[in-house]
Amino acid sequence: MTPFPDKTRGDSTVLGTLEMVHIDPVLLALLLTICALGLTVLYSASGHSADMVINQAQRLAVGMGVMVVAAHLPPEMYRAGAPWFYGLALILCAFTLFLGDEAKGAQRWLDFGIVRFQPSELMKLATPIMVASFLHGFPLPPRWHTVILTLGLIAIPTMLVMIQPDLGTSLLIVASGTFALYLGGLRWRYILGAVAAIGASAPILWSQLHDYQRQRILTLLDPESDPLGAGYHIAQSKIAIGSGGPTGKGWLEGTQAKLDFLPESHTDFILAVHAEELGLIGVSLLILLYIGVIARGLQVAARAQDSFQRLLAGSLSMTFFVYVFINMGMVIGLLPVVGVPLPLMSYGGTSMVSLLAGFGILMSIHTHRKLLAS
Amino acid sequence: MARIWVAVGVGLALTALIVFRLVKLQIIDREYYVTRAEENRMRLSAVPPVRGLVTDRNGVLLAENKPAFVLEVVPEQVKDMNGLLERLRPLAELDDYEIDRFRERVAKTPRYRAVPLRGNLTQQQVAQFQLNRYQFPGVDVNAKLTRSYPLGAAAAHVVGYVGGITERELNQIEATAYRGLSQIGKVGVERSHEEELRGTPGTKIIEANAYGRPLRELDYKQGAPGKNLILTIDSKVQQVAQDALGGLDGAVVALDPRNGEVIALVSMPTFDPQLFVAGIDHASYNALRDNRRRPLYNRALQGAYPPGSTVKPFMALAGYEYDTLQPAHSEFCSGSMGIARTNRKYRCWKRTGHGWMNMASAVTQSCDIYFYKVAEGLGIKRINSFMDLFGLGSPTGVDLPLEHSGLLPSPEWKQRTRQQIWYPGETLNVGIGQGYLTTTPIQLAQITARMAMRGRGFKPHVVQATQDAISNQIERLDPEPLKPISHRLTQDWDKVENAMVQVTSSRRGTAYNVYKDAPYSSAGKTGTAQVAGMSQEELRARKLTETPFHLRDHALFIAYGPVEDPKIAVAVIAEHAGHGGSSAAPIARKVMDQYLLGKVLYESPPPEGRESAIGGQE
Repeated sequence: MTPFPDKTRGDSTVLGTLEMVHIDPVLLALLLTICALGLTVLYSASGHSADMVINQAQRLAVGMGVMVVAAHLPPEMYRAGAPWFYGLALILCAFTLFLGDEAKGAQRWLDFGIVRFQPSELMKLATPIMVASFLHGFPLPPRWHTVILTLGLIAIPTMLVMIQPDLGTSLLIVASGTFALYLGGLRWRYILGAVAAIGASAPILWSQLHDYQRQRILTLLDPESDPLGAGYHIAQSKIAIGSGGPTGKGWLEGTQAKLDFLPESHTDFILAVHAEELGLIGVSLLILLYIGVIARGLQVAARAQDSFQRLLAGSLSMTFFVYVFINMGMVIGLLPVVGVPLPLMSYGGTSMVSLLAGFGILMSIHTHRKLLAS
Repeated sequence: MARIWVAVGVGLALTALIVFRLVKLQIIDREYYVTRAEENRMRLSAVPPVRGLVTDRNGVLLAENKPAFVLEVVPEQVKDMNGLLERLRPLAELDDYEIDRFRERVAKTPRYRAVPLRGNLTQQQVAQFQLNRYQFPGVDVNAKLTRSYPLGAAAAHVVGYVGGITERELNQIEATAYRGLSQIGKVGVERSHEEELRGTPGTKIIEANAYGRPLRELDYKQGAPGKNLILTIDSKVQQVAQDALGGLDGAVVALDPRNGEVIALVSMPTFDPQLFVAGIDHASYNALRDNRRRPLYNRALQGAYPPGSTVKPFMALAGYEYDTLQPAHSEFCSGSMGIARTNRKYRCWKRTGHGWMNMASAVTQSCDIYFYKVAEGLGIKRINSFMDLFGLGSPTGVDLPLEHSGLLPSPEWKQRTRQQIWYPGETLNVGIGQGYLTTTPIQLAQITARMAMRGRGFKPHVVQATQDAISNQIERLDPEPLKPISHRLTQDWDKVENAMVQVTSSRRGTAYNVYKDAPYSSAGKTGTAQVAGMSQEELRARKLTETPFHLRDHALFIAYGPVEDPKIAVAVIAEHAGHGGSSAAPIARKVMDQYLLGKVLYESPPPEGRESAIGGQE
């Protein structure tokens, strides 16, 4: 379990210096590579819009700043502040329902004048922190009443986000909480029982979905049935990816995005542009980079010094995987189009900041452990 | 730790799923998706050819192409079509009919292609629209070449018009030949010479974005413009013929006997062909179609009228041909005659009788009794086969659509269509151009031309030559000679011609007053055709002016000249105008004057007038 051996420990090199300011050089290098790739593809996907690239780069800079700050805060502080953070995020989420701006039939945004952001993004961090911190107070594996309480901690924010409605984010919140619970040693029979329960409750979930979400799921099953309407996204996305072939059409040469056949080409469907222009080789490279990020995250979890840190690091890493998997799955037509952006690649602000904040927490767990050890 | 390894295992399995899918899309099914992507971006776009011009024999433009402003909508770019049409309605002055037609067209056109909503915008409407344009995404005003007819109603029945391709036509035409074209010739030369006029569309392959906006041209294939047509029509003669008919309904056809060229072809009332080009509105079309005087009906080609006495010279020829009429034969006209085994009396139009008549005087004075006898001597079968040689009963084959064949009756025809036997009295009626025999004005002109040419003849035609629109090279179309009518002795032709010359030149001739001061020689024959509905007795009893207009006789006249060297043959029919000599002959005289002298010498008060050009709504 040592994909990235810690050669840097105690070194007086640049990398060593980075460690001293609580930045993990491995994670940083991987993230920066993905971001650079993302900006490159964005330039093409946005129709050569330098403005959008600069915009995105600025958000990245903000996100990196948040990441550095998050890395500096010691893990104990996250654990201690967990209930406060979780509570604030819940209040903001509830606020959104009453005061939020409506966009595309969903209330997700909260406008603070200068900053407009989605409290649900906050929830993606607050939930795993809360769950990890909660489980930390009990002997592990958790007993059944602890599990019930934990599930409640996951269910409340999930419901709040789902009725906004934001299916993609609520899935990620469930995932982040559940992974913490899973790593806490949840018994397999509970897990199997839960899977069965979800299967049974699927029809109820279906009735709770908005029309546009149902439509998206239905067209996923048979997208070709309505190529100009609901199935258009998936059909055009598959054309873009497939026509890219093994080596791609070349950067800025993709016809699908350039000629506007591919909707949402710079946001949720940016992977299609990437695959069209850089081909299977380009996508494979991106997948490897993501695997690297996740592996490093899991390594941090494996080396964590207490159960809170282990559960939190593991949950953040595994949630990141779910993030990538859902987006890629929907763009290549394996999963329903639920509106999850491709992390660090898709154009958009809030998700970028919350993601990088999550990596800041990972770095905090990693680098503080090391300092304590020495 | 074990839990993390389980998670890693599941994660890798899911990643493998993604990779398999990518391999399937990008390697295995790649060809399919490459094709789909190409289909997405390539659009075949037609470059419509410019339609050929039509001129008369002297180069006067009869049909040309003028830029006109058309309001077009690209359905793909319109979110709310109903709302858009409602907002455009007052601005572009649209009515329900136009909107319905637009919707039909939208349903049949690819969504990225512009569909015309309204043609012929006025400058003011264009300005109005440009001001409000930002409110109408997907709507644009485009200048397009539109067919224009400078002479308007005057040549409408010859030139015809173009109009939008209908669903029925769409099934008949070859779609590739009409790529980019929305109009097709409907009647007249525009229809009969559609192929030459249309040209060949070029094609462009363009790269278009998802909204159908063309971005750049990838490939171009040149088409060819339509050929210009030079007609045989002389528009001045055409105009004179039309003016001469004045307010009367009827037709004038003038042919050049030497080659079959149609010098003038007039049917009155006429209509404004321009109405049809931009798409005629419903009310105007109904008004034209339902008008009692039927302006859309081309009487010159479609009108089958009894030829009346104009057929008499040909009856005389037939009698000579079959030896049933001796050249010196005389007949006494007492005003009426009977035939064997019936009680019926057959009357001459002159109730007091003409006295002793020979062939020449019978033609000159149009004696009916003489020709009853001629017909009786010939019998219907011989009449039928002789008139068939002249082309009666069959279309002349002129290069214009919708020609009627007229009717050349025979006992077999009567048995077949009416299950009745032929009565001998019916032969007599045919002998004076009444009864079942009907002819079209162009057939009358044609038999007159053949009389002038002693039986030789050419197929009538309105197109003299085609001209390549690029090289301007003119290709003449050779006249098509017809099989000459066998006639044994030239002197028989001469005798009949002399009789016809007397019609216009002897004091007793029925057209003498009209032709007496003509500076050229001429041969003619007047005719009067009864309108069914009143008995002969009834009609004779009244004066013309006392008869209800719609029951008055049709006036006919055929003529050619100069006799020594025939250059023009004319047939005139004026509906409900009474006698041929007084009503139809002046029209023919003016037409001959114009063609032979370049000006009209003859002056007569024009017949009482009615509206001559029937427009849209009345």
